[in-house]
Amino acid sequence: MLDLKLKNPLEILELVPDPEIPVINIVELGIVREAKITSENSCEVTITPTYSACPAMFTIEEDIMKIMKENGWDAKVVIKMFPIWTTDWITDEAREKLRVYGISPPEKGADEHHIGKPKKCPRCGSMHSKQISRFGSTLCKASYQCLDCLEPFDYFKCH
Amino acid sequence: MNPLYNYLLKLADDSFIMGQRLSAWCGEGPYLEEDIALTNIALDELGQANNFYVYASRVADNGKSEDDLAFLRYEHEYLNAHLTELPNEDYAQTILKVYIFSVYQKLMYEALSSSENEELSAIAQKSLKEVRYHYTHAASWMKIFGQGTEESKMRLERASENIWEYTQGLFAKTEGEDDLIALNIAPNTDALYEDFVSITTKDFADFGLEYPTNPFMQPKSRTGYHTEYFGFMLCELQYMQRAYPGCTW
Repeated sequence: MLDLKLKNPLEILELVPDPEIPVINIVELGIVREAKITSENSCEVTITPTYSACPAMFTIEEDIMKIMKENGWDAKVVIKMFPIWTTDWITDEAREKLRVYGISPPEKGADEHHIGKPKKCPRCGSMHSKQISRFGSTLCKASYQCLDCLEPFDYFKCH
Repeated sequence: MNPLYNYLLKLADDSFIMGQRLSAWCGEGPYLEEDIALTNIALDELGQANNFYVYASRVADNGKSEDDLAFLRYEHEYLNAHLTELPNEDYAQTILKVYIFSVYQKLMYEALSSSENEELSAIAQKSLKEVRYHYTHAASWMKIFGQGTEESKMRLERASENIWEYTQGLFAKTEGEDDLIALNIAPNTDALYEDFVSITTKDFADFGLEYPTNPFMQPKSRTGYHTEYFGFMLCELQYMQRAYPGCTW
């Protein structure tokens, strides 16, 4: 009889999407810091919050508990703030997924809280864009408009 | 009396009451992008408050959860500075409050990032990233209003006359805070206030605004005494929890 349950906790956690941006998962976002096997069927999953008030973190915690249980793991979720989450932890694959989804991915290593400089349009690739607002529909995003194809787009802010 | 507990409540209450005031702009902003900006800032503050309340609840170890601390204390137990309670009034006063508070929080969180207390340091480092955006946003509006029209400048100057005397209150210390300073857990706010004055003096010149010259500062921030506005705020804030004791989501 084929055991369809996944054995590797990290593989299981890669199936948990970000609730707001379902094309990326919580592992490639850098939210999952560690999945430590503590006994045969027990696992301790350490996650780190993104923004202090990100409401998706509650959903993510529940989703982790649910999917681990479905795969035969007795999981405990531990929230660890340090080291502080940064967008630099988002993988290159995840950045491309963001772009395809229509969100301009965060620049690497940029300390840009004071800059509204142009970002790359996720649709036409132009750098000729302007910032409409430093804030957007979720805490992680800012609002931009491409001045070539004229479409609005979200930019995932550096953090 | 637990100095760390008081200190955490001070940090939590500041963010909480500031967030509560700013959230009143939800759906009322002058245009969509500003509505979103203020509510984002408000939400950031609520997130920071939550982090401090959760830690305070653990430190107190008296069976009170972070929600109990946030919603079920009495007015004399809240340790927020008076500035955070002041009404939003018009957009100029709101932006001035956000500007003042963001300068204070940037200084506070920068200093707390090197606290001997690791958890405080972690929360501060995280909050600092968010607060830098608040400062950028408020400062750019201050400049626009200061150098904009006669009306925008008038409104900002009026706001300054109303609220500048509450700025020093942000730097008031709680009971036991001196012990924490001695242990390098908390920074000395006297030094932070000097930085505040020099930063705001420089910024006001950049904004094209007269720096407030009246040296009078309102006393009694963080002593349990509050402005006349606070009672009304608590009525709204605590209504659900007191009308439906034990209510949960």
